[in-house]
Amino acid sequence: MAKFMLILHQTPGVWRNLSPEEMQRKIEKYQAWAAKIRSSGRHVSSEKLGEEGGKLLSLNQGHLHIVDGPYSEAKEVVGGYFLFRAADYEEALEFVRDCPFLEDGRISLRQTDPMGCGGD
Amino acid sequence: MDGQAPVQELVEHLFRHQAGQMLAALTHTFGVENLDLAEEVVQEALLQALQQWRFHGIPDNPRAWLIRAARNKALDVLRRQASLRRKEPELERRLKERQEKTTEPPDTGELEDEQLAMIFLCCEPALPAEARVALTLKAVSGFSVAEIARAFLTEEPTIAQRLVRAKRRLREAGMALALPSPAEIPSRLDSVLQVLYLLFNEGYGAHAGENLVREDLCGEAIRLAQLLASRPDTGLPKVHALLALFYFQAARLETRVDGEGNLLLLAEQERSQWDQTLLTHGVLELEQAAQGEELSAYHLQAAIAAVHVTAASFAETNWPRLVDLYDQLLALAWSPVVALNRAIALSMVEGPEPALKSLEQLSEHRSMKNYYLLPAVRADFLRRLGRTAEAAASYREAVTYPCTEPERRFLLRRLESLKMNDSEAF
Repeated sequence: MAKFMLILHQTPGVWRNLSPEEMQRKIEKYQAWAAKIRSSGRHVSSEKLGEEGGKLLSLNQGHLHIVDGPYSEAKEVVGGYFLFRAADYEEALEFVRDCPFLEDGRISLRQTDPMGCGGD
Repeated sequence: MDGQAPVQELVEHLFRHQAGQMLAALTHTFGVENLDLAEEVVQEALLQALQQWRFHGIPDNPRAWLIRAARNKALDVLRRQASLRRKEPELERRLKERQEKTTEPPDTGELEDEQLAMIFLCCEPALPAEARVALTLKAVSGFSVAEIARAFLTEEPTIAQRLVRAKRRLREAGMALALPSPAEIPSRLDSVLQVLYLLFNEGYGAHAGENLVREDLCGEAIRLAQLLASRPDTGLPKVHALLALFYFQAARLETRVDGEGNLLLLAEQERSQWDQTLLTHGVLELEQAAQGEELSAYHLQAAIAAVHVTAASFAETNWPRLVDLYDQLLALAWSPVVALNRAIALSMVEGPEPALKSLEQLSEHRSMKNYYLLPAVRADFLRRLGRTAEAAASYREAVTYPCTEPERRFLLRRLESLKMNDSEAF
């Protein structure tokens, strides 16, 4: 079965002023949504990315150039990802349609290349 | 989805209550002068949970996870904050000691002491009553400024300002987070009970579906009263009396409106739907309240509520007993609202004529000037005396005063039923 990656783009600090109750409700929504993927055995992995901007690497005339990522200035950053299995885009979209991520940011949905060597 | 492991769920209001508990623990460590800092740490810890859990699911022990997150954030702050760095080794030791204690089962004793000390701090008598209420909701109950504003139908900046001033006052007074001495507790409790009473009434005034946060106020008032009642040092008779009152009122909460959200009179409420568990709790608390000599206003109010909820029907209510209880309450602390309620009870004992007379002196009272219930009650007495035209005029007056939408609809409904019974008066 094909693998799909759901990538969350969100604005840093958007949740700063949520109340504890609002946070709890949000978590409960995520929990209910993720339960669908987990209980159907489609979940592969999911990770939150670190808050700091990470590193940007590039080769500059043969020299490795490393700078800190542009986290704090960025309007939108990748907050994390979900990797899950679905038959095709149509089914994958069904999973993502009611994802609570959409209340706070944009989602990109990508299929991993089926010709890749990463197994099933 | 059969055969799958159950999905981990959060206890209702866990974040709210945990926020209060973690704030009390951190304020204990950082000192009252760093209350803002402690609030920031708690908020960051909760945010971290939100960020993490949405990807990894809710952990097996969410509470322990949150406490650990708060401790780690607190250690970061200690290293960052110059004013605290001097005390760092000592504070760090305390934080770590605490962490070991919070492994399951939690050491509830110390946490409860801190939580209670926080309640007393927020209800410090030197603060204005409004500030005490706001601070208790913020620091003990984990409400946000926006939620407090919604609950009290106030603007956010007003609440924010109130909180800033209250915290500044506590800081300037050099207050510490500590339980009052056993000798001080009875008098310090009065201010706490007053805050809980205000919280409950504000929530009780809310109507189903109107505003969820307001309904939560009753639950919070009950939770905090239970905490006070459960301890030997704070479980004084007046605390049990207040809790009994809350239980009796809460038992009727759902039956105060019909399916369309219209207010129902006590006489119209479906008694069989009153929450029997809450009523039983109320009776038990009232028994505990009866131990000791003290007869507080809460005792009398709980006794009044008990008369209503133990009557088999509206008609079988022990009205003479109610008049007597209202008289005692008025002797203890006269208030026009209580006097208005007494008039209603009196009308059931001696008829509407003397009850109508007793309203006359009330209309002089300043706080009754724009109060819709006074003309509404007068209208009811006039209706029962057959003075329909005057009754209608009183209902029309009542509608001109501030009231909620369900209350307004109720008054108009009463006015309408007058018309049906006596079309000539219109």
